[in-house]
Amino acid sequence: MESYALLMAATLNAGTVLALAALGLLINEKAGIVNLGAEGLMLCAAIAGFATVVHTGNDLLGFAAGMGAGAVLAAVFGLLVIWLGTNQYATGLALSLFGVGFSAFVGIGYVQEKLPTRPQFEVPWLADIPLIGPALFRQHPLVYGAMALAVAMIWFLYRTRTGLVLRSVGESPESAHALGYNVRRIRMAAVVTGGALCGLAGAYISVIYTPLWVEGMVAGKGWIALALTTFATWRPARVLLGAYLFGGVTMLQFHLQGTGVDVPSQLLTALPYVATIVVLASISRNPVWIRVNMPTSLGKPFHPGS
Amino acid sequence: MLKLEARPEASKLWGYASPVLALLLTVLVGVAIFMALGKDPVRGLQMFFWEPVKSAYALGELMVKATPLLVIALGLGVCYRSNVWNIGAEGQFVMGAVAAGGVALLADATTGRWIVVAIVLAGILGGLLWAGLVALLRDRFNANEILVSLMLVYVADMVLSYLVYGPWKDPAGYNFPQSKTFESVTQIPRLMSGSRVSVGLLIAFAGVGLMWVYLFRTRAGFAQQVGGLAPAAARYAGFSSRQALWVALLVSGGAAGLAGALEVAGPIGQLTPYVPAGYGFAAIIVAYVGRLHPVGMVFSAVLMSMFYIGGELAQSRLGLPKSITGVFQGLLLFSLLACDTLVAYRLRWLSRRA
Amino acid sequence: MTDLTKRSIFKTVALSAVAAAAALTLLGCGKKEEAPKAEAPAAKVEPLKVAFAYVGPVGDGGWTFAHDNARKAVEKEFGDKIVTSFVEKVPESADAERVFRDMASQGNKLIFGTTFGYMEPMLKVSADIKDVKFEHATGYKTADNLRTYDSRTYEGAYMAGVIAGKMTKSNTLGVVASVPIPEVVRNINSFTLGAQSVNPKVKTKVVWVNEWFNPPKETEAATALINGGADVLMQNTDSPAVLQTAEKMGKRAFGWDSDMTAYGPKAHLGSAVINWAPYYIKAVGEALEGKWATGQSWWGVKEGAIDMVSVAADVPEDTKKKVDEIKAGLKDGSFSIWKGPIVGQDGKEVLAKDVMADDKFMGGIMFYVKGVEGKIPGGK
Repeated sequence: MESYALLMAATLNAGTVLALAALGLLINEKAGIVNLGAEGLMLCAAIAGFATVVHTGNDLLGFAAGMGAGAVLAAVFGLLVIWLGTNQYATGLALSLFGVGFSAFVGIGYVQEKLPTRPQFEVPWLADIPLIGPALFRQHPLVYGAMALAVAMIWFLYRTRTGLVLRSVGESPESAHALGYNVRRIRMAAVVTGGALCGLAGAYISVIYTPLWVEGMVAGKGWIALALTTFATWRPARVLLGAYLFGGVTMLQFHLQGTGVDVPSQLLTALPYVATIVVLASISRNPVWIRVNMPTSLGKPFHPGS
Repeated sequence: MLKLEARPEASKLWGYASPVLALLLTVLVGVAIFMALGKDPVRGLQMFFWEPVKSAYALGELMVKATPLLVIALGLGVCYRSNVWNIGAEGQFVMGAVAAGGVALLADATTGRWIVVAIVLAGILGGLLWAGLVALLRDRFNANEILVSLMLVYVADMVLSYLVYGPWKDPAGYNFPQSKTFESVTQIPRLMSGSRVSVGLLIAFAGVGLMWVYLFRTRAGFAQQVGGLAPAAARYAGFSSRQALWVALLVSGGAAGLAGALEVAGPIGQLTPYVPAGYGFAAIIVAYVGRLHPVGMVFSAVLMSMFYIGGELAQSRLGLPKSITGVFQGLLLFSLLACDTLVAYRLRWLSRRA
Repeated sequence: MTDLTKRSIFKTVALSAVAAAAALTLLGCGKKEEAPKAEAPAAKVEPLKVAFAYVGPVGDGGWTFAHDNARKAVEKEFGDKIVTSFVEKVPESADAERVFRDMASQGNKLIFGTTFGYMEPMLKVSADIKDVKFEHATGYKTADNLRTYDSRTYEGAYMAGVIAGKMTKSNTLGVVASVPIPEVVRNINSFTLGAQSVNPKVKTKVVWVNEWFNPPKETEAATALINGGADVLMQNTDSPAVLQTAEKMGKRAFGWDSDMTAYGPKAHLGSAVINWAPYYIKAVGEALEGKWATGQSWWGVKEGAIDMVSVAADVPEDTKKKVDEIKAGLKDGSFSIWKGPIVGQDGKEVLAKDVMADDKFMGGIMFYVKGVEGKIPGGK
């Protein structure tokens, strides 16, 4: 039983990366922008965060650096996509490819570096409850941060005026424009915020999750985060659950191997990806449901005055 | 202040000049990077633009690298022109390689030369079926083709891995994860001795011609593009956007699978876990930089190959890091996208008064 | 009228340009012919150019790092008699062939390929370029100008096992394994045999990452093993992620390929290191003296290629002594790790009492010994 509690803990940890990135992408997509560059962005943020902690020893600065790197790259993306009207998918891809190469390039000097001993976190008293304690209460603060973020996002999107404006920009930029809102600025704000969150996820990977720098260490999590937003029909709570589901399947694969289950390891490795496809298919099957949930202007450029 | 002003019609000049300008920008940044790293920028540029073309052997290697890129990009060009976003060409490449490899493994010392045709056909079929999955899921379930095709890349990698670690592992290979080396009769014929360039290059050029004719001279090609870009107009004209979807994915999948077959029965000669070399993703850049035009893609494929090979040479001869190649490729695409705005927009200095 | 003038001017200019070019060329030729006469007759020995192809980054802190350290040792040993260069992150694919050909075309006469996946490319290139010597690590195909070399990593694994068997409290060990090839399976078995020699109750769990180098995956695998009850970990992967995970979770682990103490000071029990320097020095020396010949080398503790270093202070003295005894026994040939009776997972004997396994047997190990849990992916 204890090993299941530990599996749960590992799942929460693994899912946090996905949750942070996917929530960031969610903000983008609620405003109507798809940022396919998540993977490259997260890698650049990862090296920014790692390098900062190597030089300053301060984790918080590392996270800030990651968020900063994410925001800057997202801003470049936003400039191209929102103001110059370039194709969102192609630009996102370019960002991804560039980010992979650039992070590897910048990170060369850091490949052998290590961080000061990672701190252990525990919620006092709650962590000692048998089973539930180790499962839920021995996590890095950001794990709880991701959950809080999801809640905050629900409140922001559905209970505040700004959130409403954001959603309306995503649903119908023309109407929002007609009402006098600066659609481009709002979208840019969404893109930069989303980028900062993806950056936080990237920094989490290199500073906490696997405190090393290795090129390509995000290993596809950016792409999975993109899938997650669709998977979760653009709702923050579902994004969180989906993130944990994915984190869980990844950890489950190794857990099963360790228990001697006789399934080819490749099948287990492929499981999260197959699961994504299956869920995507079953969710998307109902076009009405998709139409109801997907921001209508997703992926389409907006030109004021057109 | 600078303002972007929409042009009344797309600028033809900038249509051609934009990629050139983008390349120039990338080179400029490249020179800056070389200098920042303390390397001689002229030598650096030499590695990327002179060394890969300076001898017949070098040109041959350039073509070896460019062939799969071009073949995949041709298929992707059809796909993207139809507004279908197949990101999973890499997975279709792998499945084509797997299918082709499977047929190649059936050969023995007595098999005739015809098996090469079977191998190539199997490769096309493999890639086609894998992309067909994406089409099916989009057609029946509305599933976003970007995400599905991408996820299938990872699944394809696992299928390959399972086969080379398991049923297709070379029994005489000390249990290393690789298939038998294919019999020499399965080798895609080379164009000339002393070089690894294969008939695949001719197939690629034929593909260029075919694609050009299809897209620009046939009704079907026209219907295909309209079906993707303007579904409402397509419906009105009687073109099926559903058919456009299937054709786009099957063509790009088949092309990627063909590239996989050419690689695996060509320079590689066996199935290993390292068959996925990223060509499927690089081809996306090739397609874009080539403006989704078959002739443009020939140039961009050669350019990308020069970046790859130049990056390798820069590493071994100048001590430059390998990641430079990725930086240049990403930069090229970025600059291209930025420069492309000049096709539709004009930069104007406007005084504040106006 | 204007045209004629233009054309004649053009002709004159063109002709003079050609004339000038011809003159310069002649001058140039003339100069070159003089040069050899001016040079002193003493012939200068050209340094031997040696090149290395690495599969990973030099900074991986593991496999490639060890190779590069050996390259530096070779430079120190031979000074200006040689010139070394390397290319890192050469993929195990069709690209490798081009890199090897380029190395040969750049005048390198001795080329090292440091991973199994270079076997076919090296075979092809060595067949075409006969005056260059090729050395392939961990392979099994040779040619007149291509030979293989490998290290007995299982000896390091065995010594780690001895320490692990003593230090484990849960009697469950874990191995983060890379790719299911004989070398790795042999290491898992040797680790287990070593542990069982001091603690017969020990069992070993294995998780396969299917890659040599993927720190995030290695971290997840190590976490899964620890969650499954293992308190001492070994790895066959190339990064320090496993040790770091053990450090984070308060368990113990070993460094692999290189000394990894710095990555997990509290968790580190010892590092099973590979020292390629003795072999590289031998190979370069042979090439310099013209004594290079093909063959297959498999070096271990005896030749100085394998060692267990930086053993932790809290390991009991008698265990440290036992490890030293094993090293001495391996050096003088009196100790053999793979000596019967050895029993397979299914209970059947694979080596009878006192029978010593030969290199051929060890090269084909694809079974688990008793005490290892699970099944080898794709194996029997």
